[in-house]
Amino acid sequence: MSNAAPQDVIKEPSMLKQKEMIDTNFKSLSTANEEGRKVCSTFVPGNLNELLMCFDLVRNFPEINALQNGMRKKTGRLIMEAERNGQSEDVCTYVKSDLGMMLQGNIGPTGDKLPDPDVLLLSYTGCFTFMKWFELVREHYDCETIMLHVPYQADGKITQNMRDYVVKQLKEDVIPTLERVSGVKFDMDRLRQYMRESAKAEDDLVWILQSAKNKPSPIDAFFGGVYYIGPIFTAFRGTEAATEYYRTLRGEIEQRLANGQGPVTPEGDFGKERFRLVVEGTPNYTNFREFWKMFYDEGAVVVASTYTKVGGVYDFGFRHDPDHPIESLADYCLGCYTNLSLPARIRMLCNYMEDYQADGLVINSVKSCNSFSAGQLLMLREIEKRTGKPAAFIETDLVDPRYFSAANVKNRLESYFQMLQQKGAIQAA
Amino acid sequence: MTVQEIVDRCQALFDDLDFNAVKDWKAAEPGRKAIGYLPIYVPREIIHAAGMLPVGIFGGGDQLEVIHGDAYYQSYICRIPRSTIELGLTGRLDSLDGMLFPSICDVIRNLSGMWQLLFKDKYVRYFDVPQTYRDDIAGTFYIHELQSLRDDLGELVGRPISDDDLRQSIAVYNDNRKAIAALYQYRAERPWQAPTSELYLLLRAGMVLPVEEHSQLLRDYVAAAAEEERPRRDNCRVVVNGVFCEQPPLGLIKSLELAGCYVVDDDFLLITRWLLDDVPTAGDPLENLSKAFLHHSAATSAKFEPDKADKGKFLIEQVRSSGAEGVIFAAPSFCDPALLDRPMLQEALNKVDIPFTAFKYAENTGQLQAIREQAGTFADSIKLWSA
Amino acid sequence: MQCFVGIDLGSTTTKAVVMNEDLQVIGRGITNSRSNYDVAAEVAKQEALLNARFYLFRHSLDGVRALDGRLDSFLDQLVRDFRLEQFLEQLADLEQTCTANAAPDRFGADTAALHEALAEIFRRLNREAPAQFAAGANRKSDFFRDIAGSRYLAVGEEVAGECKLPFDYVLNVYDRSIIDVENRISDESLSDKLMRALDRTFIAFDDLSAASDAVRAPVKAALDMTLEETYVIGTGYGRARLPFSKEHIRSEILCHGLGAHVMYPDTATVLDIGGQDTKAIQVDPAGIVENFQMNDRCAAGCGRYLGYIADEMNLGLHELGPLALKSTRNVRINSTCTVFAGAELRDRLSLGEAREDILAGLHRAIILRAMSILSRSGGIRDQFTFTGGVANNGAAVKALKQLIKENYGDLTINIDPDSIYTGALGAATFARRAIEADAAQAGGH
Repeated sequence: MSNAAPQDVIKEPSMLKQKEMIDTNFKSLSTANEEGRKVCSTFVPGNLNELLMCFDLVRNFPEINALQNGMRKKTGRLIMEAERNGQSEDVCTYVKSDLGMMLQGNIGPTGDKLPDPDVLLLSYTGCFTFMKWFELVREHYDCETIMLHVPYQADGKITQNMRDYVVKQLKEDVIPTLERVSGVKFDMDRLRQYMRESAKAEDDLVWILQSAKNKPSPIDAFFGGVYYIGPIFTAFRGTEAATEYYRTLRGEIEQRLANGQGPVTPEGDFGKERFRLVVEGTPNYTNFREFWKMFYDEGAVVVASTYTKVGGVYDFGFRHDPDHPIESLADYCLGCYTNLSLPARIRMLCNYMEDYQADGLVINSVKSCNSFSAGQLLMLREIEKRTGKPAAFIETDLVDPRYFSAANVKNRLESYFQMLQQKGAIQAA
Repeated sequence: MTVQEIVDRCQALFDDLDFNAVKDWKAAEPGRKAIGYLPIYVPREIIHAAGMLPVGIFGGGDQLEVIHGDAYYQSYICRIPRSTIELGLTGRLDSLDGMLFPSICDVIRNLSGMWQLLFKDKYVRYFDVPQTYRDDIAGTFYIHELQSLRDDLGELVGRPISDDDLRQSIAVYNDNRKAIAALYQYRAERPWQAPTSELYLLLRAGMVLPVEEHSQLLRDYVAAAAEEERPRRDNCRVVVNGVFCEQPPLGLIKSLELAGCYVVDDDFLLITRWLLDDVPTAGDPLENLSKAFLHHSAATSAKFEPDKADKGKFLIEQVRSSGAEGVIFAAPSFCDPALLDRPMLQEALNKVDIPFTAFKYAENTGQLQAIREQAGTFADSIKLWSA
Repeated sequence: MQCFVGIDLGSTTTKAVVMNEDLQVIGRGITNSRSNYDVAAEVAKQEALLNARFYLFRHSLDGVRALDGRLDSFLDQLVRDFRLEQFLEQLADLEQTCTANAAPDRFGADTAALHEALAEIFRRLNREAPAQFAAGANRKSDFFRDIAGSRYLAVGEEVAGECKLPFDYVLNVYDRSIIDVENRISDESLSDKLMRALDRTFIAFDDLSAASDAVRAPVKAALDMTLEETYVIGTGYGRARLPFSKEHIRSEILCHGLGAHVMYPDTATVLDIGGQDTKAIQVDPAGIVENFQMNDRCAAGCGRYLGYIADEMNLGLHELGPLALKSTRNVRINSTCTVFAGAELRDRLSLGEAREDILAGLHRAIILRAMSILSRSGGIRDQFTFTGGVANNGAAVKALKQLIKENYGDLTINIDPDSIYTGALGAATFARRAIEADAAQAGGH
């Protein structure tokens, strides 16, 4: 498929930029305690990065640490450590990976020490396990825990009552507590300024993700998409660095589009686009490259995914709004993908199937995330029924290597691609 | 009625996976409606005030063959949603006019959406409860949610639910909570007289019977139990924790007692004991329900504990007030809330030297031998330790 | 003649089917998958081609007057004699390998005694071999490892006792040798072995000596016909390990779907329960897969589960079904988890429940799992075809029929006794179609 030898991973400027951003953040975390900067740990869905920056807080994302550890094949050991310490084998492996890391001295994925947090911002969006996670983390640290309860969009809409509830929590609990913990007075204009940056990056991100509507698609919107969402889903939303990253990335993709090129893969350029897929569910991080290869070796490109919406759904118009900063933070939290009802998720996926002219749907169901996984088999059935396109169901985990059986996954994917091919051949005839 | 007669009646209600009690109640008067709810908590007062029958759905137990429900779930998800779907798809819940899905965990949350898709002609509501506890923030939100449920149910029965209806229902449930508290107290004092398997069946009866009838049944049982002297065994006294959602099979509950453990407190069917005090009947009923929820409700894994120092306090208080000697953590397999909570609760118990043991089950667990052995060993070790 | 070969490399057995141009199945072969998939595929293919040879013999001997009315018994005898020849050849190999492995560096002073013992063991094994392949003889298995293995152990123990040699020695050389022997492919020509078998057959049919030439000539003619492997397609769980290029590999889902369609053209839903996995497949009227579901990563409810149960009860796998069919009471078993199978079983037995009732419950539990996977794939449509090793188990079939009736009503249920070849049959059909497609493409340009 590619002329490049498998070992040389092709890096584009945007990738180098991102790597630098991530490294900087881990470095800044590692020195935060000594340098007296305050640290906030928080979650990706419903993260309030702009707000936290207003208080000069360094942001630590346990989910990101877990996935980065997963990609570096460190999580197997960490999870076992947590299990030895009394955690059940049944429960979320993100949590166990994080707890295992804490038990082993809290050395982060890059080898830099992670700081003790000064505050845990429990943005309780779209995942019940978050609550237990931070209760467990809290056991280890003497620090404030702020619960930001974001109600679930059970009926597919944000009601005024939900919005009011979140806004009130932000104004009367979250902000005052952050002021107290950080010693920094809240400045609304500062928040507005960050939000202006957010909106710019969000515009470019949406353009990038939607570039996959082209044939061939210049991006892979799941395996590649995981990298694209990195900065904006974490410590960089609202920063100029993020704005610049997305501008650079957009330029690169515009170029690929003009050249009629497909996505970049770890082994160089993508070959001929044979199947266009929508993916629902999270990636597997312990065998990320191996998993991706099973797709690109078969000419399967992912044109849209829901995972790239867990830290914010932007492609249906929502933007952080400097004119209504607190309200838009509330809407942001309420609108994250895992906070959407099952019928709403199905509608979204059917939209993607149509708008991105997909041939099929692949659901990667992970053992760790019930928020994603519970109900996916009904989603599969409904989407097949509504679109007439076949779907495949794969089971892995986020970061537990014990739950990735390459032979099993490959067997299913191969069967699925051959089925798509056979169907395609018949339709073409 | 004798104890045996009462227990037989409850057992029959428990075994009846077709919910004939609900059908009969509806048939007795035209236009009657019933609303199902899942664990852990919904304000049944509002359903009752609408003249409807609240029906607790606690999975399919170990006697239901699950075929279609299994088709919707991966092996790493607990059992209760599969058997609940099986009940629905096989028509066993047809007598229900709606279903409420409380916010317990992601699985039950998503089940609410599945229900919307699978049972399009039914009223389906995800019932969100606050995880923060200030009246001016969480209270306002929660009262709105209660009001919205009240409006929906009023629409369903074709008449608005008045404040007085609500006050009256609150009184009826206050009475039910009193009767349940009396039963729990009786068991804690004389556990050989009121075995937990019987208490459990009595509670389950309350999931399908009208509340007034249930309160009477509870009182009849305590009165009847006091009439009979039953053999007292040399069992230790334990609190069971973690059984708040997916239910253990009845055989498992019996096994604990046979293995030498008297259960003297538990978190079975928490809805019956969720609100810890009487809810005032004077004043704004929704505000009263809200305040009761925010400030006087049980602690459980699915509820946020704002203060680190208070983690485990509720459980320790249960142990102390019931005179228990230890705790049995029984959690359903793949139950994220219970299993993630467990190490923290265990740590809290460690600090005050309360012994515990732990195992997992499923609603259809077939192998009880290992659990019997474990509970028996635990009972023996407590006796040795206290001797 | 042109032959189209499909090979299904399964987790326990490897199957091959040979088809002629007219899509007729002319040969089938099966072998244990052993540790070496290449060899398993090769052996299964050779077996299928051999089977095809017998198909040709039948055709060419059809007009031979001397065999009137007993062609079947003659061919059956020939097959048995051929098997015996094959067995003796591998037995010789095993003896040689064992002797070589009984080296002084390992057995020191006992080496000579061990060599003597081995010679005696193999003398006895050679002596008893013909009886094992006689008409009506009851063999537990057709695989060399199984037949030779069980007899070697029995005879070896006797001989070791007689020679006052530790049985461990005898066992040790066998363990070191069997895999090599099993994975060696004979370099002797088929024709030579068959002609020796034919000589044996003439001894059994001694009255035929006069007509010897009339029989030998058509056999020879059929033997001389080349069976050209025009196109080979591999499938099955181990397909990725086959030394085939990508065009020669199809997923087992596609092959099972097509194979079931070839056997029963009105098939709409296929259930395959194999050793490692359970597959539910929906096919369109042309046999093209529309949807499929497999069991999740845990092997609960697959054929392997029955294997565990059989081991636990100290029974043969094939004995489970018949025993379960004797059940008179329903016992509900809720777990099909292989890890817990043993515990649940012992628990039940200790409660005094009857073995056959528990077994019937276990079979129903497996089928319940399959029903869920079927439901996941879109349910059961008419006609329904059940394939795989478990389709030969009467108790499983009974439970399945009952559950289908309860959940889907009266449907046509197809079960072919040779359903184990379904995947290979589909693969062979794909092989035939690949050539057609090539031809069509060539014609089009």
